[in-house]
Amino acid sequence: MKANVVVFGSLRNRLGIILTGGAALLAILLFFVVRGYAAQIAQEGQDNILGASVSSILDATVLREGTIELDFPYASLSMLSTSADDRVFYAIYEDGALLSGYDGLDVELPVSVGEAVFTSTQYDNATIRVASASRTLIGIDTPRQVSVSVAQTQDALAETLNRISRNVAVFGTGFFALATALAFWATSATIGQLSRLTTSVTRRGPQDLSPFLKPVPTEMVPLVGSLNTLMSRLDQSLKQSEDFIAEAAHRVRTPLATVRSYAEATFQRVETQENRDALRSMMRAIDESSRAAGQLLDHAMVTFRAENLEREDVEFDGLLRDLVQRMTPVADMRDVTINLESTAPAIIRGDPVLLQNAFRNLIDNALKYAPVDTSITIRVQTNPSISVDVLDQGPGFLVNEMDMLAGRFVRGGDTQGHIGSGLGLTIVQDVAMAHDGTMVLSNRSEGGACVTLQF
Amino acid sequence: MRYFAILILSFLPLFALAQEWEDQRVFGSEDAPHSMRILSSTDTSFFVPIIESFITQRPDVSVEYLVTGTADLDDLFRQSPDQFDVVISSAMDLQLKLTNDGFAQRLDGLTHPDWAQWRSSLFAFTTEPAAIVINTAAFEGLTIPSTRQDLIEVLRGNTELFQGTVGTYDVRLSGLGYLFATQDARASETFWRLLEVIGSLDAQLYCCSGEMIDDLAEGRILVAYNVLGSYALARADIEDVLTVILPSDFPTTMMRTALVSKSTSDPALAESFVSHLIRLQSQGSVENLLLPSLDAFQNTNGRSSIRLEPALMTYLDQLKRQVFIREWENAIIQNQ
Amino acid sequence: MKYLLVEDNPELAKAICSRMGLDGHQVDHADKISDAVAFAQTGEYDLILLDIMLPDGDGRSFLKQHRAEKNDTPVIVLTARSQVSDRISMLDLGADDYVTKPFDHAELQARCRAVLRRNTGTAQPTTRLGDVEFDPVGGYLNVKGTTINLRNRELRLLELLMNAKGQVFSKQKLVDRLFSYDDDVSENAVEVYVGRLRKHLEGSSVHIRTLRGLGYRLDHEG
Repeated sequence: MKANVVVFGSLRNRLGIILTGGAALLAILLFFVVRGYAAQIAQEGQDNILGASVSSILDATVLREGTIELDFPYASLSMLSTSADDRVFYAIYEDGALLSGYDGLDVELPVSVGEAVFTSTQYDNATIRVASASRTLIGIDTPRQVSVSVAQTQDALAETLNRISRNVAVFGTGFFALATALAFWATSATIGQLSRLTTSVTRRGPQDLSPFLKPVPTEMVPLVGSLNTLMSRLDQSLKQSEDFIAEAAHRVRTPLATVRSYAEATFQRVETQENRDALRSMMRAIDESSRAAGQLLDHAMVTFRAENLEREDVEFDGLLRDLVQRMTPVADMRDVTINLESTAPAIIRGDPVLLQNAFRNLIDNALKYAPVDTSITIRVQTNPSISVDVLDQGPGFLVNEMDMLAGRFVRGGDTQGHIGSGLGLTIVQDVAMAHDGTMVLSNRSEGGACVTLQF
Repeated sequence: MRYFAILILSFLPLFALAQEWEDQRVFGSEDAPHSMRILSSTDTSFFVPIIESFITQRPDVSVEYLVTGTADLDDLFRQSPDQFDVVISSAMDLQLKLTNDGFAQRLDGLTHPDWAQWRSSLFAFTTEPAAIVINTAAFEGLTIPSTRQDLIEVLRGNTELFQGTVGTYDVRLSGLGYLFATQDARASETFWRLLEVIGSLDAQLYCCSGEMIDDLAEGRILVAYNVLGSYALARADIEDVLTVILPSDFPTTMMRTALVSKSTSDPALAESFVSHLIRLQSQGSVENLLLPSLDAFQNTNGRSSIRLEPALMTYLDQLKRQVFIREWENAIIQNQ
Repeated sequence: MKYLLVEDNPELAKAICSRMGLDGHQVDHADKISDAVAFAQTGEYDLILLDIMLPDGDGRSFLKQHRAEKNDTPVIVLTARSQVSDRISMLDLGADDYVTKPFDHAELQARCRAVLRRNTGTAQPTTRLGDVEFDPVGGYLNVKGTTINLRNRELRLLELLMNAKGQVFSKQKLVDRLFSYDDDVSENAVEVYVGRLRKHLEGSSVHIRTLRGLGYRLDHEG
């Protein structure tokens, strides 16, 4: 069945991918947002210190006798100590000309006096953060503009960022792992509902086309609804086709019955051998065709039921007793008696309809070949395992044919004059196999055929 | 090849002549395939055992050891960083600035305590206090000063005795002297008062600790302020003549540092030397060391009072230096 | 015996009626369920032959109704189906037996007899002839107080002869009635059964006479 289903992706995988993918996306987003935010904060921290350094230097500038003097405190640079031993550069300008410190910091100095300006630039192959600020000193003659830039490499910042990145990465990975676990759980929980539905569909017997009544989640209501609709349609169409077959059989068999009845009545009356032979052939043909049709249908039925075996406890004694009673009138016609020998109760798990059909075929066969005034014995044994023998006192099987008789449409060479389809033993064999049993054909030493079903 | 080597060797003295070295010595075999030049402010004698033990391990190396003053050393190295492989100096500020300015090679293979290194480029290998050294005999009957304040009082109380017999660094000439002076000034106002007193006594100014100790030993001066105690203690011959006092009010302790030139031709060799140096100075047995070990003065005075940090560059600032030198001159040179 | 045949096909009904009549049974025919229910309610039938497919409904619904009314007249179903499960369900619904169309009339007769034997109690209609009492349903023959259990063919032969007392049956006719057309037997086979019956009837007032060249006839003395 499964092979016929066209598979396109998997709901579980799709759900899993969407959920874990979403989680991964969120984790990555989280990583970058937190890292960016941390970078901003760390940069602000560095800027604050650089700004403080700049202003402490600016504050120390004095104009003495027309000369700029600068006695900036030790702390101006001391505060720039970092765990990564970042390099520190500074420059002091008077009206744009370098007064002291490092040349070529190459920063655009703030024109106006006020807040410190921060820029990032390259210096001596290193990325540096520069803080610059200006101050105007009023001398005797002209005002002087003093600008100070303090710069620092960003090793400590990078270290901090790396540490934060690592932590955020660990956190993000943890978040992702947790989200994935949750996704798995959610997926299994969701798919679990589907699996449960699937299981209950699979567990159903082949005849069970009743609607599903177990409660299902809202989202599955349409599915189960249409499944139920499909089931009821299937059930209906199955019933319709059953009715159709029944109707068809009725239409065909009733006229046949009419013809046969007339033929039989006429047979009683006509005297000439020629006419009698004709009527006999007619009846034989009718019987043959009706029996063949019946056996074919039975065989199809048996095949179907054997594939979808419904097991229940089957008690052989009762089943066979019913069957014997059913067959006795036919046996009586030929003064054949049917004996049922059953001592201990024999019970197997199986399909009673199939088993009954199998035994009916065996008894039918025995009746066909049993000579008048003989008996047929059905023997049920429970030791060592459950087995049923059907014995007759007829001619028995032809030894060289025994292996082939269970084949479809194979009829024994000694069956001339007997009506048969060649399906009887095939059906019996199929039923035995469906119940993990075997059918053994043998001839009795005292004469007659023996068919044994072992379970 | 050989002629080429001879040619180079014959030119070397010329180069040496062009530069006036305090000392210049080559260790190891002259035909050693590898050579290394160390530019140092530390007297050769202190480094002999270190270099020799290094050469024992690396017989294929010859080491040229060049000595000059700290300020001169800084100039020289800035001019031609490719001429030298390792730079050793007691002027922490200058060394730090060299490193900050990108002259030092990062040596990531070395492990060293954080407080004793900067940027994995500048490595401290000694802890040395600045000391007051006195001529023991001259102080007979006088209180031996244990603080700067004591010293001020002794000097004030005996102006005749100490007139012209007090020595200290000329901070204009000595990088180390400048470092000691600026750090003293940072630490306490006492420094300026002491300087005023010394100045009033017509102080003798020196370029180097060695000379000061020599003059002390010979009695030309009786007190030396901010001398490298290690130099004085190392002079076994004058043990009885001099007393080394580590001021107890506040210590000024510096660390001798080494760095590898970024322009060195053989970084691995230079690194192995620095590695050897700091291992010897921080793990070697103390008796074999001529220089104080890295941990030498930790017990009494804690770690170096001068930390390896960018703030060391503060007093190297031109404007700041001008101000400081002027104040220093105002204090010390009073009779000119 | 009085039978009710419920069959919508008039031709088949006619054929069955005529064939039943041949065996000396009286048959009423209903061609739809409504009629059948009305007939059955009179309760005067020994057996009902019921077709399953009828114009006004399923024979199974008749069966249900029939059993619900506690009517215990036995029912033999005539079915065109041969499906395994269908047979079972028919029996579940209360049919006593079934015959698949087209059927051998002898088999139908045999099944009717078996059903009647199962269903009727001891009070059965018997045929009495002189000092011989014959129970065709139970298959018993009572000759001067001795009960003899007849075998099937003996029974049918006796029934045949008793029902047409004094009438001559040719050997051929008897073969046709006793054996299936399929049993390839000679006319002499009849002699065996006639011989057996004569043995059973020995000493009674009933005799089976041989009319040479014509056949057999049942006679009764006095």
